[in-house]
Amino acid sequence: MTATPMHSGHWWTIVRIAVCALIVVYLIAPMIIVLIISVSSAPFLTFPPPGFSLQWYRKLFSDPDWLDSLITSVQIMLPTGIIATAFGTAAAFGIARGRFPGAAIISSVLMAPLVVPVIITAAALYGLFGGLGLNGTLGGFILAHTVLTIPYVAATVLAALRVLDEQLEKAALTLGATYWSAFWRVVFPLILPAILSGFLFAMIISFDELVVSLFISSPILRPVTVKMWSDIRGDVNPTISAIGSLIFLFSLVVLLAESLLRGRWREGGPDLASTEGPIQ
Amino acid sequence: MTSPILELRDVSKGYGSHIAVADLSLQLAKGEFLSLLGPSGSGKTTTLMMIAGLLHPDAGEILVEQRPITSLPPYKRNIGVVFQNYALFPHMTVAKNIAFPLTMRGISRDEVATRVHRALELVGLPGHGGRYPRQLSGGQQQRVALARAMVFEPPILLMDEPLGALDKKLREQMQLEIKRLHRELGMSIIYVTHDQEEALVMSDRIAVFDFGRLQQIGSPTQLYDRPATRFVAEFIGESNIFSGTVSATADGFSVLESAGARLRALASAPLPAGSRSVVSIRPERIALQAGDTPAGMENTICGSVSEVVYLGRSRKYVVRTDSGHEVTCLQQATSGSEPGFELGASVSLSWRPEDASLLPDTATN
Amino acid sequence: MEMAAGTVTQSRSQLPRRPTIDVRSWLVAPAAAVLIIAFIYPVCQFLLRSFSDPVWGLQNFRALIHQPLYMRALTNTLVVSGTVTLFCIVLGYPLAYTIANAGPRLRRLLVFAVLVPFWSSLLVRTFAWMVLLQQTGLINHVLLQLGLIDAPLTLIYNRIGVVIGMVHILLPFMILPLYSVLLRIDPSYTSAAASLGAPPVSSFLRVYLPLSLPGVLTGTLLVFVIGLGYFITPALLGGPGDTMIAQIIAMEVGDFGRWGIAGAVALVLLLGTSVIFVLVQRLTTPR
Repeated sequence: MTATPMHSGHWWTIVRIAVCALIVVYLIAPMIIVLIISVSSAPFLTFPPPGFSLQWYRKLFSDPDWLDSLITSVQIMLPTGIIATAFGTAAAFGIARGRFPGAAIISSVLMAPLVVPVIITAAALYGLFGGLGLNGTLGGFILAHTVLTIPYVAATVLAALRVLDEQLEKAALTLGATYWSAFWRVVFPLILPAILSGFLFAMIISFDELVVSLFISSPILRPVTVKMWSDIRGDVNPTISAIGSLIFLFSLVVLLAESLLRGRWREGGPDLASTEGPIQ
Repeated sequence: MTSPILELRDVSKGYGSHIAVADLSLQLAKGEFLSLLGPSGSGKTTTLMMIAGLLHPDAGEILVEQRPITSLPPYKRNIGVVFQNYALFPHMTVAKNIAFPLTMRGISRDEVATRVHRALELVGLPGHGGRYPRQLSGGQQQRVALARAMVFEPPILLMDEPLGALDKKLREQMQLEIKRLHRELGMSIIYVTHDQEEALVMSDRIAVFDFGRLQQIGSPTQLYDRPATRFVAEFIGESNIFSGTVSATADGFSVLESAGARLRALASAPLPAGSRSVVSIRPERIALQAGDTPAGMENTICGSVSEVVYLGRSRKYVVRTDSGHEVTCLQQATSGSEPGFELGASVSLSWRPEDASLLPDTATN
Repeated sequence: MEMAAGTVTQSRSQLPRRPTIDVRSWLVAPAAAVLIIAFIYPVCQFLLRSFSDPVWGLQNFRALIHQPLYMRALTNTLVVSGTVTLFCIVLGYPLAYTIANAGPRLRRLLVFAVLVPFWSSLLVRTFAWMVLLQQTGLINHVLLQLGLIDAPLTLIYNRIGVVIGMVHILLPFMILPLYSVLLRIDPSYTSAAASLGAPPVSSFLRVYLPLSLPGVLTGTLLVFVIGLGYFITPALLGGPGDTMIAQIIAMEVGDFGRWGIAGAVALVLLLGTSVIFVLVQRLTTPR
C-alpha cells in the first residue's frame, strides 16, 4: 500500500527513475570494480584491466602473512559468534520474560556499544588490555569482539521474542505442557531462525571489524582486516583487491543466508530488525 | 447446587491499586453453559485466566469437583482453553496442533491419529490436518482451536471471546455450532463475551460483571425480566430508567414518585420510604395510546412522539414526556393495525406494574 | 437470583511460586557482566582520564579549546558530517520514495541493491573508492575519454574524496529507516488531498513530505551521528587538512600516548553524540 502523489507528470517520473538508477549504480559499482580488478592481469590498479588472470588470488593464498591473518580472523570469529549468541540470546530472554528492577538500565547497558562511537570503544579497550596484557592475544580479541556483537544478537532475538505471541506459550501450558516442554516445543522452534540469524550476524561483524582490532592487535597476531589496512597504507596492489573481493563475497553469502532465515519468521519484504550494520 | 463441577470462593485479584476481580463466588453445574458477560475491563477474562491457572488469585479458592486446584500449575489442571486470538502454533500443522495435548499426555501414536481425525470431523474440517494455521481462514482457525481444546476431553472448557474476530454471519453460524457441540458432548463450559445478545442466545446461565464485581447471575430470562441492578437492566437489552423517591411499599410492590408521576413496580429488595431509587421498564412492555389520559393514574405518562424508527417487524418510538424525559417504546406491527403514530402526536404510555422493576440507584457509570 | 455476596474473608490458599520468573531474570547476567567489565568500565575509565591525566584538572579541555589543531578537527568533523548528511538526504529520499512505491518485486530488488553495499566490509568499500578516485582511476579515465575534462581531477586525499566515500557508506543508513516509514504512509491521505483540489506538487509538499519527516529525522540522526565518529574513511580518503575527531583520538592514543587529551576529545564526541540522539528522540516521539 503506497501513496503516489506524483503519478501524473511523466517528466518527473522519468527524472526520478534516472536519478535512482544513478544512485543504485553509485551504490553497487565500487564493489563490482573491486571484483573486476581482482581478476586483472595488470600489475597495477589500472582500469579497465587489460586481461583476465587469477594471479592475485594465487599470490594471496601463497603468502604466509595473508594466510596467517585469515586463520586468525577465523580463530576470532567462531568463538565470538558462539559466545555472543549464547550470552545475547540468554540476555534477550531475560529482558523479554524476566521481571527485575533496573530492567531498563540493563537494557541500555546491553545496547550501549551500538551507540558509542567505535573509536572510543577501541581506545578504551586498548587502555584496559594494556594494563592486563591482553593486547595482541587471541583471548583479548575474542573478548573485544564479543562485547561488540552481543548487542546485535540480543536485539535480533529480542525482536523475535516481541513478535512471538505470548499466548502461544500459555496455550501450550493449558494443553498439558510443562514450562520446559512449552519452551522447547513452542517458543524455541519459533525463535531459532532469529538465533541463527544473530549468530551469522555476529560472525560477520567480527570478521569485518577493523577499528578496535587495529588498536589491540600486534604485528604477530592480526586479523585479515588489520593486515589489509596496513597494506593499503603502505603498498597498494591488486592483491588487496583479491582479499577484498573474498571478504565481500563471503559477507554476501553469509548475509544472504541470514536474510533467508529472517524471511522464515517474518513473512513480508526484507524488513530489517536492526538498521545498524557493521558500524566502524 | 448439588456438587458443582467448578466453584470459585471469594476469589480476588488486583494489580497495584487496580482491582480486577473482587470477592467473586460462583458455581458451575455439570454440563452447564455459563457466560461471563460484561464490558471490557470488568474482570471476566481475568477470572477465566485464574480458572485456567495462568493467573494467580490474591485471595480465595478455586475447586474442581470439590478438590482445590488453586495451587495447581496450568498443565496439571486438565481444563481446555480457547483463546481470543486462537493461539494456534504457527510452526505446526493443524493435525500436530490438535495432537499436542494428547502427545503431552503420552497417548500412543495410533490413538492420537484416531482422535485427531475424529476431532476434525467434529468441528467440520475433515482432511485439513496437513495444512498450516496461516493457510486457514479466521473461522477455520477458530474451529481448529476449539478442536485442540476439546480433543483431550477435559471436564471443563473455557472460551475467551472466541468469536470476536469473526464477521456477523460467521459469528451467528459459530454460535450455533458451539451450542450443538455443547449439547452433543455434554461439556461444562464457561464462555466470556461482551456481547449480551450472544450471551442470551447461548447460555444456560449468565453472570454479569462490572468493575470486577459480579452484579447478577441467573438464567437469560431472569436477567432480562428481573434485572437486579441498574447496570444489568441497562447492559442487557434496552431499558427505560426513571429515577425518583420511594413513597410506599406493600405486597412486594413499591411506588416511586418520579417527576410528578407515580410508578408502581415489583420490588424484590424493598427499600424504605424516602430513599432514592429507580424503576426500569423494557420498551416492548409499554403500551401506547393516542391522546391524554386523566392525570393521577399509576404507571401512566403523557408525552409527544419525538422520533419514529421503522424496523420492519416493529416500530420504535421515542416519546418526550411532559417533564422532558425521553422514553423508548417498541411496538410490534400487527397486520391490518393502526398505521402508527406520527411525529409530534400526543400519546400516553402505560404498563403493568409486574413488568417494571424497582432497583437500587447505584449508577456505576 | 443470586447476587454477589460481599464477604471480606481473606482465605489465602497456598499460592504456588511461579517457577521461572526469578530464574529467567538471571539470564541477563552473563551478557551484562561482560559488558560492564569489558565495556562500561574501560570506557568510563578512559573518559575519566581526561580529567586525571597527567594531573587532576581541566588542562586537557583548555588545550582542546586553545590549540588550533583540535578545534580544526572539530570543525572539520562537523562540516564533513553535515555535508555528508545533506547529500544523503538529497540522494536518499528519491530512492527511498521509489522503493516505497514500487511493486513488491522491484522493491525487493532495490532493497537488495541497498543492502549489498551495506553489508560489505567498510574497508573494502573505502578501498574501492581509493581505486576509483585516483588520478589514473576509473572516474578520471571515463571523464577524460568523454572529453569532459582536460587533465585528471584530484578526487582523493581531499575533502571531496572523503565526502564521496562517506556518502556511499552512509546512504543505506538513510534509505532503510526512511523507506520503512514511507511504506507506512496511508495512501488515503494523498487521495484526500487530490480530491480536495491539490495538484501533485502541492500534495507532495503539504501532505506527503510532512508525514515522512520522522523517517527523515531518524535517517539524518543516524547518518550524522555515525559520521561524527568515523575513522577509516577519512583516514584513507582524506588529506592532512581533513583530519576528523576520530583520527585525533587514534593519534593521541596510538602515537603519543596522551590519554588525557584523547579522553577529552572522546568525551566531547560522546557528549555531542548523546545530545543529538536525545534531541531527535524528543522531536520524533510525540508523533
